[in-house]
Amino acid sequence: MSSLVLAASAGNVLTWVVWFGAALACVASGIAVVSFSNPFYSALALIGNLASLAVLYLLLSAEFVAAAQVLVYAGAVMVMFLFVIAYLGGRADAPWAGGPSLHRFAAVGAAVAILVEVLVVLGLKAGGELSHPARISGDFGSPAEIGRLFLTDHLLAFEITSVVLLIAAVGGVVLGSHARRLQAEEAGLE
Amino acid sequence: MKGPDVTWYLGVAAFMFATGALGVLLRRSPLIVLLSLELMLNGANLALIAFSRLHGGGAGQIFALSVMAVAASEVVVGLGLIVAMARRNLTLDVDKLTWLRG
Repeated sequence: MSSLVLAASAGNVLTWVVWFGAALACVASGIAVVSFSNPFYSALALIGNLASLAVLYLLLSAEFVAAAQVLVYAGAVMVMFLFVIAYLGGRADAPWAGGPSLHRFAAVGAAVAILVEVLVVLGLKAGGELSHPARISGDFGSPAEIGRLFLTDHLLAFEITSVVLLIAAVGGVVLGSHARRLQAEEAGLE
Repeated sequence: MKGPDVTWYLGVAAFMFATGALGVLLRRSPLIVLLSLELMLNGANLALIAFSRLHGGGAGQIFALSVMAVAASEVVVGLGLIVAMARRNLTLDVDKLTWLRG
């Protein structure tokens, strides 16, 4: 019996250690995204951020979302970002170029205000309802469960998502071909 | 639930959202503004999934997946706009793109 308790507390400590590593990586790479002056490094930091977020999703037993995060975000979306950054070159402003200004102070003040507001609310609510998570079954967050929810309770969200993706694809094609036509017209005029 | 409370996850989510907001407000390169926007969306996603775990319902995860689809669409259109701006030799600086102002 005591070995069971010991094993349970060891699992608890291990979860804390994994959480701490993932959360630290999340926070550090988030700061790196905002503070690098080269957008290429920012995009690489965002990939690290998305990967450590996937670890946090796994700790929250959202296996399918964690897999989708790595495949869709860290895979597809960030590859597109890196392509565009490679195409445009790594030119960007340094985050603090030009010295302090009213605009800078206002930006930092707004961000700090958001953070403090949320942390104060969390501090007031901590220990109460937030510390009593519901009991979940083994298939919570599994692909089968997510698929069942998508095709029964949340069918409308599923269909709207597909329409949004279709519109975005059409928009991307229209933007690309429009830019090409403009370029051809300008080349013809000169 | 082993390990940290949902509160700790929500703290990380709040920090990511605030960092992303700082990037959107502070940086002038539209590429980095888009990257910071992704950071904000992912902070919101982490909060959604934490609450999904707290209440034991799958709706939060469904919402998070929909947010991912919207984020992918936003990146497609945003990057398309940035490439179109670069092709017309406009400066990639969100403070200097003022020629649509009436």
